[in-house]
Amino acid sequence: MEPADIDQDLAALVSPHLAATGGPITALRQVAARYGHINKKQIEQVAWQFNLSQAEVKGVASFYDDLFVTPQGRHRVRVCTAEACQSVGAGAVLAACEDAAGLTGEGTTADGNITLQPVACLGLCACGPAAMIDGKLLGRVTETAIRDAIAALGE
Amino acid sequence: MSMSMKTYLPLDSAAVALGADDVAAAIAVEDASIELVRTGSRGMVWLEPMLEVASNAGRIGFGPLTPADVPGVLAAIGSGSTHPLALGLVEGIDYLARQDRKIFARCGVNDPLDFDAWQNAGGGQGLTAARAMSPAEVVDEIKASGLRGRGGAGFPAGIKWATVIDTPGEQRYVVCNADEGDAGTFSDRMIMEGDPFCLIEGMVIAGYATGATVGHVYLRSEYPIAAQVFDAALVAARDRGLLGEHFDLQLFVGAGSYVCGEETALLESLEGKRGQIRAKPPLPAIEGLFGCPTLIHNAISLASAPWILAEGASAHQGRGVGRSVGTMPFQLAGNIRFGGLVEVPLGITLRELINDFGGGTRSGRPLRAVQIAGPLGAYLPDSMLDLAMDYEALAEYGYGIGHGGVIVFDDTVDLANQARYAFAFCAVESCGKCTPCRVGAVRGVETMDRLIAADGDDSRRPHRQLLQDLCEVMVDGSLCAMGGMTPVPVMSAMKHFPEDFS
Repeated sequence: MEPADIDQDLAALVSPHLAATGGPITALRQVAARYGHINKKQIEQVAWQFNLSQAEVKGVASFYDDLFVTPQGRHRVRVCTAEACQSVGAGAVLAACEDAAGLTGEGTTADGNITLQPVACLGLCACGPAAMIDGKLLGRVTETAIRDAIAALGE
Repeated sequence: MSMSMKTYLPLDSAAVALGADDVAAAIAVEDASIELVRTGSRGMVWLEPMLEVASNAGRIGFGPLTPADVPGVLAAIGSGSTHPLALGLVEGIDYLARQDRKIFARCGVNDPLDFDAWQNAGGGQGLTAARAMSPAEVVDEIKASGLRGRGGAGFPAGIKWATVIDTPGEQRYVVCNADEGDAGTFSDRMIMEGDPFCLIEGMVIAGYATGATVGHVYLRSEYPIAAQVFDAALVAARDRGLLGEHFDLQLFVGAGSYVCGEETALLESLEGKRGQIRAKPPLPAIEGLFGCPTLIHNAISLASAPWILAEGASAHQGRGVGRSVGTMPFQLAGNIRFGGLVEVPLGITLRELINDFGGGTRSGRPLRAVQIAGPLGAYLPDSMLDLAMDYEALAEYGYGIGHGGVIVFDDTVDLANQARYAFAFCAVESCGKCTPCRVGAVRGVETMDRLIAADGDDSRRPHRQLLQDLCEVMVDGSLCAMGGMTPVPVMSAMKHFPEDFS
């Protein structure tokens, strides 16, 4: 069933991936990147374009961490909390992030500025604790350094 | 003085995380005439960012550098005087000189996208050797080499290759598993950032041997620099004819899911679905991607093929111990002084890796525990560090080498917390397909919480019994290693560190 109103912008974003291997995942990643997160109407339309059921597409979107189905902050702070970083104080770095952003664990600040996301492994295991702020990699992160970096993200 | 100065600085993620891009910018500001080549990393992470300067005697290293060090270092090079951060000849640094670099021989040396430099350094010789043989002979060579899967299971590679070639099918695939999710591991990332053509060459050899015409590399999204370098390498490889007519490759970037490192979940994901595992059999070699015969290997397994073919099966077979042969890139991680990548023959002991290469803990406190093989791997006490990294020796204890990760913890670690984390990680990352894993992980977290909150050994004993039972169910009843091996860190921690659970 064709969705009531086709969004041409979205259709153009999705169509290059229709025949690609792993296409629905890549398409949904593009949707999340363009619109911030994937909403119900977009799932409906992606499903229609791929000739999949909405349940299948929703299932994919909700399975993967990168395919955001809820609104995200303007900035993303990823902190590694896996074993190698735990051994050099990742717990304290995460606590500093939570304190600096006013969050407890994974979440987005009320003003929509920062999403804090504890992750398992950035592959920087010989120079932990590791973090990634908006794509910028940080190694041997100290509590002070991460507080300063979060403060620099402003409001 | 600087007119002919040629320098090298890594673009590797770890080097960048430690400020390599800022150092590069500082060099450009100081003297724009200096030629700066961005390379992969040599894997001596504690020295990053490490600048290398070409000289008649070889490359001279300086590190670890901050942008503020750059003027002084360049002045010292210019005047031929010494500098506190000078490391001497890079290839003479003990950590590197004592390794047996085969897979990583070229990593960190040249621009990873410089095809000519790659060829001049021996790149492509494995493929040339392979093409001089029949596909069946290549498979025999891999069998004779004794190569075993480097992703974790240690399955004999040659048997996989033979199964794919022996299975009738219109279309066959080679799939590279670079969904390197194990904490404490980064060798897939390093090879893709530092010598992507090596992995491509390995996949082309695998395609030739198995009759596959299409390959896919499944890379985790947490590695943006690896994705960028590898994507560009694919373009260069097509330009130069390494890829194209007979075999072509695509890069697929995952979307954040640990379980997609399990081979059948990875195939589901590559088909655009949820990363839920498939029951085996059928094996992927028989029914893999889109139901076709598929050779699926970890990146390091595939990147081993070029040197095996170039130097012959016996060169691989002749390294290591017993049935654990060839070289393995171990990754020294966590609380370790000299963290990085150490490629040596299998059979090395943990103590040699951690003390002789790693220099002990970074904190300087006593070592208390070592986790080998990632989040599904065992926690070992100091008294077991003389264990050899040998599949059979570890299997006697029910442990494995995994992907070669070695995570060091000092005496501040609490193994009850680590056991709790193992369950918590499984609870988050379980694909949900089978009950022992999906429910067991959640029950495990709850039980650990009760054990930790309980006071005294008597009140903790029933929780320990429950953990034993739960782990038994997960081991026996889970469909894949996620649920089946989450008990390994838990039970090894309880066994070797009982004081943290009593």
